[in-house]
Amino acid sequence: MQDNSLLVDEQGFQRTLTRLAHEILEFNKGSSNIAIVGIRTRGDFLARRLARKIQEIEHRELQVGVLDITLYRDDLRGKLNQPLLKGTDIFFDVTGKNIVLVDDVLFTGRTVRAALDALIDLGRPAAIQLAVLVDRGHRELPIKADFVGKNCPTSSDEEIQVRMSEIDGEDAVVLVRKGRY
Amino acid sequence: MPLSCRHLLGLDGMPKEDIQTILDTATSFREVLERPIKRVPTLQGKTVVNLFFESSTRTRTSFELAERRLSADVVNFSADASSVKKGESLKDTARNIEMMKIDTVVIRHASSGAAHFLSRVIDANVINAGDGSHEHPTQALLDMYSLRERRGSLEGMHVCIVGDIAHSRVARSNIYGLKTMGAEVSVCGPRTLVPRDVEKLGVRVYFDIDAAIADADVLNVLRIQLERQESAFFPSLREYRQYFGITRERLERAKRQITILHPGPINRDVEISADVADGENSIILQQVLNGVAVRMAVLYLLGTSS
Repeated sequence: MQDNSLLVDEQGFQRTLTRLAHEILEFNKGSSNIAIVGIRTRGDFLARRLARKIQEIEHRELQVGVLDITLYRDDLRGKLNQPLLKGTDIFFDVTGKNIVLVDDVLFTGRTVRAALDALIDLGRPAAIQLAVLVDRGHRELPIKADFVGKNCPTSSDEEIQVRMSEIDGEDAVVLVRKGRY
Repeated sequence: MPLSCRHLLGLDGMPKEDIQTILDTATSFREVLERPIKRVPTLQGKTVVNLFFESSTRTRTSFELAERRLSADVVNFSADASSVKKGESLKDTARNIEMMKIDTVVIRHASSGAAHFLSRVIDANVINAGDGSHEHPTQALLDMYSLRERRGSLEGMHVCIVGDIAHSRVARSNIYGLKTMGAEVSVCGPRTLVPRDVEKLGVRVYFDIDAAIADADVLNVLRIQLERQESAFFPSLREYRQYFGITRERLERAKRQITILHPGPINRDVEISADVADGENSIILQQVLNGVAVRMAVLYLLGTSS
């Protein structure tokens, strides 16, 4: 049994991204010292979209990078399926920048922990901020997002799916209930 | 995509997908090597032993750097300082090491088949760092990585391996790997140093270096082992240089860019002239850098699979 409900539709998705872009700009007093870094895979697409929105508002080029956190995961040992390493592409110096780290769903916080370690190995940013599309709760580490698209308290047998037109054919956030038998 | 095997013993029979995965994964590690902090925590808590029964500086250093850059704990074990001198068998050495809770063993041994043997008697992942005149898979993988980086797809590329083919594990691993990846492979050397039935591996044979150069896109120039000179496979180094040495004049006759590889250490002005070794088509130094990245990829892929 599986039961889906739509949490955010296409228009809602756009509006949420626009609001996040404004919040990031307000908090950082403009875009002069920020760079956006997305966590593969969907965080990467979100980061590019956010950067585009910010550029439209500020009329200024923004640096965007992608982070592959595979090498920093704490669950590599017991994993059955070894994730494919796709590599980090950050072609600018992170030192002194305000880095806005972007991911689709904030859950246990372990991915963000790994991303923080990976970023700090690349240099010494002035600050790292976290922007997520959905915060679904259930943190296992003391990590909190600075910019949240939508808070969705969930139970552990539920799953949040962020769909993006770049790979999933549509923009939406869906709550999936994996029913118990 | 995990590899289909637990050990890296050789490229003979290794599926194309596995080679592809290793080469693709190495690209990510090349990026790590360009960072200010050239270390990732991936193999934290894992222990790797470098079991070198044959002296080697560069392969061991390359493996050790790769292991340390993945944050593994590293133990070095070399034959001249060990119990091997006191008469311990390979099997006993391996069992002793295994009791110390080792995750991966990197082995170099003068006997062909040593790595295969080890993989049968211990539980740890085994990586062959050269066994006799059999295989040296990580060298061939880094050669292929370097070629792909310089010239693009290996498919249809013509690589000629020049020198002492008979005693060369580098040649053998390169032949297997390149053939699997769809490259055309030939060998060239004095008759005494080319094995008689080498065509059966699907390679073309040249005894004339100028004819070989005329057909090749890449020359992988092997080291002439001066230590073997006593066995008189060819009359003199001078004569070898005359007939098989890779010189600028020879290459210019080809009127094409021919990429030059060499597994090192080079004997300048014996198998390769100094101006070719340092020339713009030589990727000998990139091979050294790529060696660390490729070994990191192998250690990562074997060390984190369940």
